[in-house]
Amino acid sequence: MNATIQHPTFAQHMLTGLRAGLTLLVLCGGVYTGVVTSAGSTLFSHQATGSLLNQGERVIGSEWVAQPFVSDSYFHSRPSAVDYDPTATGGSNLAPSNPELRARVIAQSADIQRKEGVSAEQIPVDMLSTSGAGLDPHISPEAAMLQAPRVARARQLPLEQVQNLVGQAIEGPQWGLFGQHRVNVLKLNLVLDKHQVF
Amino acid sequence: MLDIFIICLLALGLAWPLGHYMTGIFSGQRHFTDTLFNPVERLIYKAIGVNPNLGMTWKSYGAAFLLSNLVLGILAFLLLKFQHLLPMNPDGIGPLSWDLALHTAVSFLTNTNQQHYSGQAQLSYLSQGFLIVTLQFVTPAMALAVCVAILRGMLGGRNKRSAAEGEARDLGNYYVDLVRGVLRLLIPLATIVALLLSWQGVPSSFEGAQKVQTLDPAAPIAQQQVPIGPVAAMVSIKQLGTNGGGWYGPNSSNPLENPTPVSNAIETIALVLVPMAVVFMAGGMLRRKSFSWMSLAAMGVLSVVFIAATVYSELQPNAAFAGQAMHGPNMEGKEVRFGPELSALWGTFTTQTSNGSVNAMHDSFNPIGGLMTRSGMLISAIWGGIGCGFVNFIVYVWIAVFLSGLMIGRTPEIFGRKIETREITLLGSLIVLPTLCVLVLTAITVAIPALTGNSNPGFHGISQVFYEYTSAFANNGSGFEGLGDNTPWWNVSCVIALLLGRYLPLFIPLVIAGRMAAKRVSPVGNGSLKLESPTFCITLVAVILILNFLSFLPAAVMGPIGEALELATISVEQ
Repeated sequence: MNATIQHPTFAQHMLTGLRAGLTLLVLCGGVYTGVVTSAGSTLFSHQATGSLLNQGERVIGSEWVAQPFVSDSYFHSRPSAVDYDPTATGGSNLAPSNPELRARVIAQSADIQRKEGVSAEQIPVDMLSTSGAGLDPHISPEAAMLQAPRVARARQLPLEQVQNLVGQAIEGPQWGLFGQHRVNVLKLNLVLDKHQVF
Repeated sequence: MLDIFIICLLALGLAWPLGHYMTGIFSGQRHFTDTLFNPVERLIYKAIGVNPNLGMTWKSYGAAFLLSNLVLGILAFLLLKFQHLLPMNPDGIGPLSWDLALHTAVSFLTNTNQQHYSGQAQLSYLSQGFLIVTLQFVTPAMALAVCVAILRGMLGGRNKRSAAEGEARDLGNYYVDLVRGVLRLLIPLATIVALLLSWQGVPSSFEGAQKVQTLDPAAPIAQQQVPIGPVAAMVSIKQLGTNGGGWYGPNSSNPLENPTPVSNAIETIALVLVPMAVVFMAGGMLRRKSFSWMSLAAMGVLSVVFIAATVYSELQPNAAFAGQAMHGPNMEGKEVRFGPELSALWGTFTTQTSNGSVNAMHDSFNPIGGLMTRSGMLISAIWGGIGCGFVNFIVYVWIAVFLSGLMIGRTPEIFGRKIETREITLLGSLIVLPTLCVLVLTAITVAIPALTGNSNPGFHGISQVFYEYTSAFANNGSGFEGLGDNTPWWNVSCVIALLLGRYLPLFIPLVIAGRMAAKRVSPVGNGSLKLESPTFCITLVAVILILNFLSFLPAAVMGPIGEALELATISVEQ
């Protein structure tokens, strides 16, 4: 049986290793990446290039990338640790024990209390926390409802109408199973604009 | 909460048949996939220059494993160092510094995927889509091959019928195991997952970044660049291969890399699928189904306890938000679409499996969550990385068998083969190694503030450093990402931890298995230790916990435990 066992030399090992490395580079890096990426972009062409959204002719953003909103007439995104720059994407990485985080939260809380005319206990935590990638496209339904009165005032719309639009924009857990209730800020703002060109 | 159960059950339910499939492809018998894959494999063997019918002893197998890694490492370093001169670089990205290129090459070669560079911003499409994707396929398959060889050795090797006592045994052909792992296991799985992810919204394109105008004219930026690329292809194998290195810097918390709760469920299942399947495969290869169930019970209990503790931790408020917001969970560094529970589930699985991808920032976890994630990495055998996780588990089994043998007053034996002084010496070195490597490097870095570069003060600052070395040694790759870790010191010291943490814990068990395989087999009697019993399972869990407590409890007190106590005092004062 010993004839079926091989004992390669050092040089043979190195040569085989090199040939294996190159072969697998072609197979995994070349064939796999090429075939799968082409298949993905053919089957799902909209998603393949970043799920871009249009307003008329204008490419207005990606469904999955948060934008900065500062005007009173728009719903605002969660704060971003990277100023909503998709090429710099990242979180704050501040620990709960970090005084820097505490100071940031106090300042943001005061800002929102003033802007929305609410007390601290009414602010949902997602409006004060930065997300993992700094590009979270969603806010919680509570955070959207909190902003509705300000948006209604700025657009001179009845509050009820804006609240209705928010209600329609709430997405439940996907397939009724996975994830949280949420509102896509960019899509909601696009609906608002369609509703009333501002 | 329901979604956590569904994800765990789906993962287990899929891992069971997959484990059976893996037993089939590594057992060397005829398999239903032969008609499809045999012609391709013949082509690959010809290109590599190996004869698939020849076996290897533990020495040749180990040498083939180590030297093929050396060659691949050199190739990877050169491709990264000279990426600016190579094609497929539409965004005009420059070269990496020597220390960053070295760290990146070693990090991906060791199946760690610790990233000191920032994803899409510093690597060309060639580096990410071609080189890194290849390493993400090849490195888990390499560790799986070693694991398979060790399992063969535990039963005496493939030539046990003909070989004499003490004669070197045939543990299989390294290159055959490697190619089969890539071709018959990982490529088909990755293709399915990649297409599912593209459907959910992960980009899949060779075009450069997309420019868009922002909606609010008053906003501080008028334009955004949405980076895309062959993202789905890479993300699927990074999840499946316990790799963890994402396309974008913040990994699967980035909505382009993980856009929906369904994509999150798919990625979470992909993360634990193969490590769980290896447990079932091991039972098949050892021809002892009950060994799988015992392993599953030991890992399952620890896994569930860790998940529960992390979920509980992240449902608690973040101390920095006290009095400033509604009472709510810790959402700093987390995404609204996932919330605290799915982030905690991912955080637990990704550190247990040595994957290291994240869908929330671990640096901002509450202290108990931070403790559970680093403990998962230190144990490295609850599911564990593909191949290496189960090898670590076998090491704990050997130690538990030895201790049990001492307790019942019999020579410790596993599957009829004695564990003797030489084996115990080698096992002892594996117990001391992580303590030495992680604690010594942490001590040096913390002692010299100029080297540290952390973003948080106090206890958490120590945690950041400890976490980075633990992650490197455990070949995990997740990080407390606030650390300024792209410096020559961090790059080089992490390379040391990466190499020690990868090759010794795979090579030493291969030596032990190779030696044990050649031993005389004593018949199993009434007095023999029963591995597949609740008593042994409890002993094993105790061994795992006690060894890690002894090694790392003091470090935990100076890190997350200290931080938790500090936060508790502050909230009392408020």
